[in-house]
Formats: sequence, C-alpha cells, structure tokens
Amino acid sequence: MLGLITVLAVASACDNGSDQALRVSAASSLSEAFGEIESAFERENPDVDVVLNLAGSSLLREQILSGAPVDVFASASREIMEQISDAGLVSGRPSVFALNQIEIAVPPGNPANVTGISDFARDDLFLGLCEAQVPCGILARAALDASGVVAAPDTNEPNVRSLLTKIEAGELDAGMVYATDVLAGEVEGIQLPTQYSTVAEYPMAALADSAHPAAATAFVDFVLSSAGQAILARYGFISP
Amino acid sequence: MRSSLPRWAVAIAIVAVALFVIPLVGLIATTPWAEFGSMLASDLVLDALALSAVASVSAVLISAVLGIPLAWLLARAEFRGKALVRGLVLLPLVVPPIVGGAALLFALGRAGIIGGPLYEATGIVLPFSIWGVIIAATFVSMPFLVITVEAALRNIDRRYEGAAASLGATKSEVFRRVTLPMIRPSLVAGLVLTWARAVGEFGATIAFAGNLQGETQTLPLAVFVALETDRDAAVAISLVMVGLALAVLVGLRDRWLAR
Repeated sequence: MLGLITVLAVASACDNGSDQALRVSAASSLSEAFGEIESAFERENPDVDVVLNLAGSSLLREQILSGAPVDVFASASREIMEQISDAGLVSGRPSVFALNQIEIAVPPGNPANVTGISDFARDDLFLGLCEAQVPCGILARAALDASGVVAAPDTNEPNVRSLLTKIEAGELDAGMVYATDVLAGEVEGIQLPTQYSTVAEYPMAALADSAHPAAATAFVDFVLSSAGQAILARYGFISP
Repeated sequence: MRSSLPRWAVAIAIVAVALFVIPLVGLIATTPWAEFGSMLASDLVLDALALSAVASVSAVLISAVLGIPLAWLLARAEFRGKALVRGLVLLPLVVPPIVGGAALLFALGRAGIIGGPLYEATGIVLPFSIWGVIIAATFVSMPFLVITVEAALRNIDRRYEGAAASLGATKSEVFRRVTLPMIRPSLVAGLVLTWARAVGEFGATIAFAGNLQGETQTLPLAVFVALETDRDAAVAISLVMVGLALAVLVGLRDRWLAR
C-alpha cells in the first residue's frame, strides 16, 4: 500500500513535458542543500528536470524496496544504503558524498553557559539527546562514550528536528545535533574536540532500474564535483 | 442474530466492525506469546505502566474538577461568546496532538509566556516532568468529558431541579444532589472516555513533556521507542494496552446501560 501510494505520488510529481525527469530521493537533512544542487545541476543540464523526493532515509528505503521509480538515492545512513545495495538495486557502488558532524547546540546566547561535552553529566541543566536508535542519537552516545561522560538527559527525542525545536524554544539548555542543524536552526553551536567527535557518512548512488541512467550518473558526479561539494559545504556538510 | 434492521445495514455494520477488529487480529497474530511474560516484566514496561496509571488517573481527576463546572456553564448559562468558548474547548479534538504539545511547550515551558514567569517566581518547570505528562493528557482528554456531560445536562428533565430548588436547596446543592445523580450514566461514560484518551495520548506528551524512561515515558511512548528496537516488545505492550482498555470499556459499558 505504501509502495503504491509512493509510486502514484512520484509518478504524478514528474509528469511535466518532454524533459527527462530525474527522480532523486534524498534524506530530509539534505533538503536545503539539494534544493540548491538541483538548480545548479539543471542550469548545466537544461534537458533534465530534477524532481526531489525528500523524507527520512528509512522511509525512502521502504519506497525504493517496494518499487517506487527512483533514479538516484542519497541516504543519511550507510546501513540504509547497504540494504538497498544488498537488494541488488544499486548501479555500481555507492559513493560517500558528504559527512555530517555531531555538535552541541545551545539556545541563542547560551543562557546556561554550556562550555562542552562534560556539561552533559550535569543534573541541574535541561539536556536533550536524540533517541538511542536514530542516527543522531547513536552518534551522540558514541561521542559521550569516547569522552567518558555519563549523560543525564532529560529527554530522548524521536528525531533531530524535534530536539532542535526544544533547544530553539529555550526549554533545553543543550542538546547534541548535527552541525548542519546548528546552521539551519536558531541555535548556537559548540564543536566537540576532534578526538570525541563522531561523523555520519552520507552515501549516494544511481539506481539499477533508473529510466535515465546517464542523467542519474551525471547527477551523482555533479554532487561529487567541486561545485556540488561547495554547495554542501555552505550548509555545514564536510567533504569526505 | 435476530435483527429488525434491513440486511444492508447489518452488512455495513459488519464492515465497520471489521475495520476495528482487523488491526487487533494483526496484533495478536504477531504477539510473541513465548516471551510475553518476560517482556512485560522489563523495567521499560513497568516504569511506563506506573507512569501511565498515575498520569491518566490524574488527568481524569483534573478533568472532572475543571470540566464538570465548565459543562454546567455551557449547558445552562447564557453569555456572549459561548459558541467561541465551546469551540475552544473542542479544539484539542481537532488539532493534531503534536501541535497541541508544541503550543503547550511555547506557553507553559520554562521560556514560555506563562511558564517563564512561573519559573522565575517558583522555580517550577513543567516540561520534562510528570506534571508535563499530566497536563498534556488533560489537554487532549478533557473535551471528551465536557461534551458528554454538557449533552447529558441538556437532556435531563429540569422539573426535578425546580422541585428541589422550591424546597429550599441552594443552586450548588441542587447540582450536587439532584443534577449529578441524574446524569450519572453519562458522567461515568465521559470519565471513562477521558481516561481512555489519556492512556493512549502520545503526540502532545512527547512534544511537551519529552521522552525519558521513568520520568515522562508513558506506555504509548514506550511502544514508539520499542517499535524501532524490539518489535516484539512493542507488540506485547500494545496488546496489554488494548486488553486493559477493552476490559474497562466493555465492563463499564454494561454498567452505563444498566439503568
């Protein structure tokens, strides 16, 4: 059912004219950056119309596995890309095109004067992490483990955006989010020392069933090119 | 089954019931019966069960204290803006709970327009505590009590209240000793619906109170977390919630109908 809805949604989204519609499924954390990459790629390739399908990586995976017509997949998780790859749906090998770092986010002005990762052990502060199963929660806990801090969170949020909202609202004194969320949100960031920082890898690949294999490969190459990497860097992603 | 209804109505009703039963069958079919007991004895489940029990009963009590007088007002008083007040009361039924929870956070949080002064004056912080859970549950569930009680108050025969008043009872006495007993079946129904909604509350809780085991993680939040890690545990918790709710709803249903 989910697959059918997706197929219909994707199919109707790209029914416009004679251009090649290149369907790109990208993790929601890539929304802003890929919006800009879409425009830049279309300027260079006027005959291609990039159609972005933005959602959480695990939902995108379900769509692809249930047969949605997708040309390119950009995932926020290596494991999720591996599942697509193991299902034989990837053309060639996935390439890591961006890295995203875990950072401490505090409300504007840092009212609780949080200085670093050791503050996450403080009971007197209101602290938030992502839930232990979502990528940002896994990475945050890895950083805490590496630094030997036993965290005392007041909430384990279901996703990074809901965590960011509570920090932006000033309800949490600090939380651990992606560097890109710090740039996107109304918060201030505190970088972790490099020895504790943990990094998420974003792989992407052209899919084997693509109707436009040449355009799909060209899009992947564009994201990996210096032009694509420059756009990603502006949104806080790190070049692999 | 003997029925005076036309066959098409019975057929459609069966489809309607199937809509409710099919997910239940799915739940039962995927239940890991072998490990059922040990899963429910886990700290995650026991913490969530205790929290859900306390929070849902508290929400019902607060709803009764605040909601019954409100229903009385809506049923009997005439005042400007009554339609607006009724609309506001019913709003939590329409607004997605997660939006309601975010609104509660912006209003009652430590940095909120009301929560801010409260924090400055008393040091009390409502989110990330059981108070946040109770407020979120009350917010989403009290409308059920208000609409049920208001409808009942409109439908009773007011001559009994008049008789009591003519015998010298004050308005409050009439309400307590005549009106409330007359609407008792609806009142119980409303309280049970309110409790059921409070037990199942998810979105407003996670948005306002957060999610921490033993502090704010109610049964629905525990199910949500378990769905990503341990589907068997999620199914087991869900089945317990369904069984508990069904027992209460069916049991009390018989009592309301027994006049």
